[in-house]
Amino acid sequence: MQRPALRDRLTECLFMTPAVALTLIVFVGTMVWTVSLSFTSSRALPIGHWVGGTQYVRLWHNARWIASVENLAAYVLAYTLLSLVVGVALAVLLDRYARLEDVWRTIFFYPYATSMIVAGLVWQWLLNPSVGLQSVLAGFGLPGSEIAWLASPQLAIYAVALAGAWQSAGLVMVIVLAALKGIDPEIHRAAALDGIPVWRVYVSLLLPQVRGALITATLLLLMSAAKVYDLVVAMTNGGPGTATELPAKFVMAYLFVRQNVGLASAAATTLLLTVAAVLAVGWAARRYAKR
Amino acid sequence: MSAIPSVAVTPLRPPAPLARHLPLVALLVGAAAFLLPLWVMLAGSLKSMEEIRQSSILLPPLNPTLAAWRQAVAALSPGLVNSLLITVPSVLLSALLGAVTGYAMTFGRFRWWNTQLFNVLMLAAFIPIQLFLYPAVLGLAWLGLFGSLAGVVLAHVVFGLPLTTILMKSHFEQLPIELIRAAQIDGAGFARTFLSVVLPVSTPMCAVVMLLQFTGIWNDFILGLVFAGPESRPMTVQLNNIVGTTFGERAYNLEMASALFTAALPLAVYFYSGKLFVRGVLSGAVKG
Repeated sequence: MQRPALRDRLTECLFMTPAVALTLIVFVGTMVWTVSLSFTSSRALPIGHWVGGTQYVRLWHNARWIASVENLAAYVLAYTLLSLVVGVALAVLLDRYARLEDVWRTIFFYPYATSMIVAGLVWQWLLNPSVGLQSVLAGFGLPGSEIAWLASPQLAIYAVALAGAWQSAGLVMVIVLAALKGIDPEIHRAAALDGIPVWRVYVSLLLPQVRGALITATLLLLMSAAKVYDLVVAMTNGGPGTATELPAKFVMAYLFVRQNVGLASAAATTLLLTVAAVLAVGWAARRYAKR
Repeated sequence: MSAIPSVAVTPLRPPAPLARHLPLVALLVGAAAFLLPLWVMLAGSLKSMEEIRQSSILLPPLNPTLAAWRQAVAALSPGLVNSLLITVPSVLLSALLGAVTGYAMTFGRFRWWNTQLFNVLMLAAFIPIQLFLYPAVLGLAWLGLFGSLAGVVLAHVVFGLPLTTILMKSHFEQLPIELIRAAQIDGAGFARTFLSVVLPVSTPMCAVVMLLQFTGIWNDFILGLVFAGPESRPMTVQLNNIVGTTFGERAYNLEMASALFTAALPLAVYFYSGKLFVRGVLSGAVKG
């Protein structure tokens, strides 16, 4: 009886070897390396010497980084709010009213299956004031339709957020809808009997019950906002000026174009700390919501 | 203190016709807004530049032409081949790796170690990829794989590991333990149980994982951009290059044909698979 058991243990080790090796080398190893590079003066090659926190001081004196962080704040706010509002509204509509739920869901969720590059390109065309959507609106004499969103330093980041929300609202909808489906439908009959309007039932009763799903959706939105890169590359490439530069793009530029590995690593490490902080808060919130 | 608060029961009256149809109207407006980019891509790709300048972006092409599509297909074909050569092996390998790892984690005996590894993978799923890129470039260069298709595949398999493992593990945990016991009593070892018992009953979950990985890897831009060489660039990277190199007036018909061509396969897979894709995204989202 001893031998097969031993063989099983060896097989198990064999099964786990690739994952353990990859996790240790790639996830843990490279992360530690990048964090330690952020304390060196490395330029194109990882051979700089130890300079302590100098790169971080430099980072926060770098105008492009400051602009990236400010833009990210605007993006996160607009993108998360818009995705949540639209996604939750769609989930409620589908939960309460829709027949052919599959058809509606397919329509609202398909942007999630397209690449950010494709999304960026088509939205760039839609938002072109002379041949895009606004030219149609201008035909109806709508005021403000001549505004070139993507050429405006103030508005461009919100245009990117709009394209991002078009992609993500369906994800919020799917997550919230699945949670709403888990609630006893009897509650609707009871509320109707009491003459409570439907919107009130959702706002006061049902949405608080699915707060776990809402937190999950928010967390996913925040994570994808922190990573957003391809969408800006395709839509504005950071412009006009630095109006749509974002931290993830900053790291890429300093790694591969400007050849300043030390500074890029400091920026990447800062991004990691931010994501870790958001995750910690999110997990605490989810644990709290479960009680 | 009355046990039941008294509630005034208002008689149910049917809502006004307009109010009754309001949700449907809202859904229709929403659907139109969501479908707009897809329609604009399709219509625009079949127009000539002259028609794009003169007609409205919303109108269907009055003189449909395939000229932009011919150009797009010619320009993107190498990218299409590369995307296939990257995506197919990456999807198969990462699903297999996820299944093997998830199985060992769920049914293995090294409980403590498995939990630790799982926690690390959960965290790794959230770490911005920029943190790994530079060392990964050096590592792949050291292996002689930088700039090759194999290097991009390896990158996708590694970065897909957290998602595939988490999904497969959560599926294996729901399998009845009697199934495993029965196989063991019949004398099947750890590997035999996996191959002959667990894997065959897990085909739906494998399909879900492969579906998610397929769309994710096909739509990837950053790994292809960083790790592929001039000869191995996937479609998304080529698409962005086509757009980046046009001078003067933007050839929107070519851009839309190229964009739709790039999006076609994942969209087809999405429309075809429907619920399965949603199921995968949901279990990934709730676990992660």
